[in-house]
Amino acid sequence: MEKPLPIVDDLTRPYWDAAREGRLLVQRCNGCGRHQWYPRVLCTACHGTDLAYVEAAGTGRLHAFSVVEKTPNIEFADDLPYVLAIIELDEGVRVAANIVDVPQEELRCELPLRVVFRPTADSSIVLPCFTGATR
Amino acid sequence: MAFPAGEVAIVGAYESPLRKAPGVHPFAIQADCVLGALADAGLELGDVDGFATAASFPTEGGMQMSISEVAEYLGIHPRWFDSTDIGGAAFITHAGHAALAIAAGVADVVVVSYAAAGYSGVIPGPDYATNAAGPGQFEIPYGPSTVSTYALAAERHMHRYGTTLEQLAAIAVQCRANAGSNPQARFRDPITVEDVLSSPMVATPLHRLDCCIVSDSGGAFVMTSRRRAEALGRRAAYVLGFGEALGQLSMNQMEDFTTTAAVHSGARAFASAGLRPEEIDCAQIYDSFTITVLLTLEALGFCAPGEGGAFVESGAIAPGGRLPINTDGGGLSSNHPGRRGVFTVIEAYRQLTGTAPGVQLPDPRTCLVSGTGGSLSATATMILGR
Ligand SMILES: [Zn+2]
Repeated sequence: MEKPLPIVDDLTRPYWDAAREGRLLVQRCNGCGRHQWYPRVLCTACHGTDLAYVEAAGTGRLHAFSVVEKTPNIEFADDLPYVLAIIELDEGVRVAANIVDVPQEELRCELPLRVVFRPTADSSIVLPCFTGATR
Repeated sequence: MAFPAGEVAIVGAYESPLRKAPGVHPFAIQADCVLGALADAGLELGDVDGFATAASFPTEGGMQMSISEVAEYLGIHPRWFDSTDIGGAAFITHAGHAALAIAAGVADVVVVSYAAAGYSGVIPGPDYATNAAGPGQFEIPYGPSTVSTYALAAERHMHRYGTTLEQLAAIAVQCRANAGSNPQARFRDPITVEDVLSSPMVATPLHRLDCCIVSDSGGAFVMTSRRRAEALGRRAAYVLGFGEALGQLSMNQMEDFTTTAAVHSGARAFASAGLRPEEIDCAQIYDSFTITVLLTLEALGFCAPGEGGAFVESGAIAPGGRLPINTDGGGLSSNHPGRRGVFTVIEAYRQLTGTAPGVQLPDPRTCLVSGTGGSLSATATMILGR
């Protein structure tokens, strides 16, 4: 069984296009100036509708994580163990991703991270993931 | 309209004794539970004019329009119904909505029921909370199993407050101890903290014994007005307060990994009942995972944020402690076919009416139930009393 891949829509296409080029985008509200994740047609802070993508620095800290050892989702069975994580980007928003190439014993909340881009079974989709900032 | 505190009663309840039922369709279990709860109340199916269920998961037998299909199976045509689908907490939410409907005169006799073949059911399928389109396209591709989403909160709570694996395990140990005297419980042999920590890791830091068990079962309860309850002359528990709250579904939208929306559903429930946490005698806390209980106890104000670990380790949650919880053994040891909310209400009713199958607390006056659905997504809190 194949892993679920992003089903891209009109609003999110720029994000996935940028990821393919090795750039991480987040949304920013032109009304209140806040960054927003994930992309929407409204700003959940000020409820304005004038939003644009900006390039993120691609760095942040590990907010929460779990090393997944068992899963009922058989499409991820070949990946076990893998790290599900929430990363707080320097822009202040949090994203979900996998942590790659960090030994399990080095994982801890607040670990500095940087984005890396990983290919998928679909050549048009590249998934942003994170690894140790110093790696 | 203010919440009709004390105006609506639970007058009957039934929990299926089944825990493994291969070959039995979940609707058959639901029908058995509905009839059992009505018999306990001294009522009949023909008296029912309100109905609530959620049976949309494959193991529950229905799909998106499960309320229509289950009512059809029962052969009832209720004038009031609810199928609010917020995961395991759904049935507590249904009970709160039903209390409002009964007080408003929209329904007279409401049955809330649930069943699933969580153990023997065919093709459980992926356990993601959504699909990889829309918001889910930014999370589902990374493989968030249900256990791992709760594990995120456990890891963050441990980081922020120093909560330990042993403290989380103490919750599972207490639920198992309670299950030991419940002949219907799925697992009854005592376990130790060491047993929990040496059980296989599922998603760090949660071990297998930090996770709810999987069963085939169901349950139902019957609600009606105080006036009708008094006319029936049966055992009754009254709905004193209720609150519900939505948090998030995507983990990347979770504002604070160390608490839950029960902060809000709890505050609403206490306010509507005019009660404080110190006035609650016992509680049934949704125990999908040990961390769910710890976060909920803090969110409801039974202890301060960050003190949940010390609270559960102190024996406060044991019978005879400050706040005995999950007296039937909970989802961690007794019964969890997929969603547990219905059983939390049933056990609260049994404690208050002196009809518990296992641990029976001496004369509790109030019992709080609080459910958490999805991935720490939505909560419902209800306070019952005599
Ligand atoms: Zn804004």
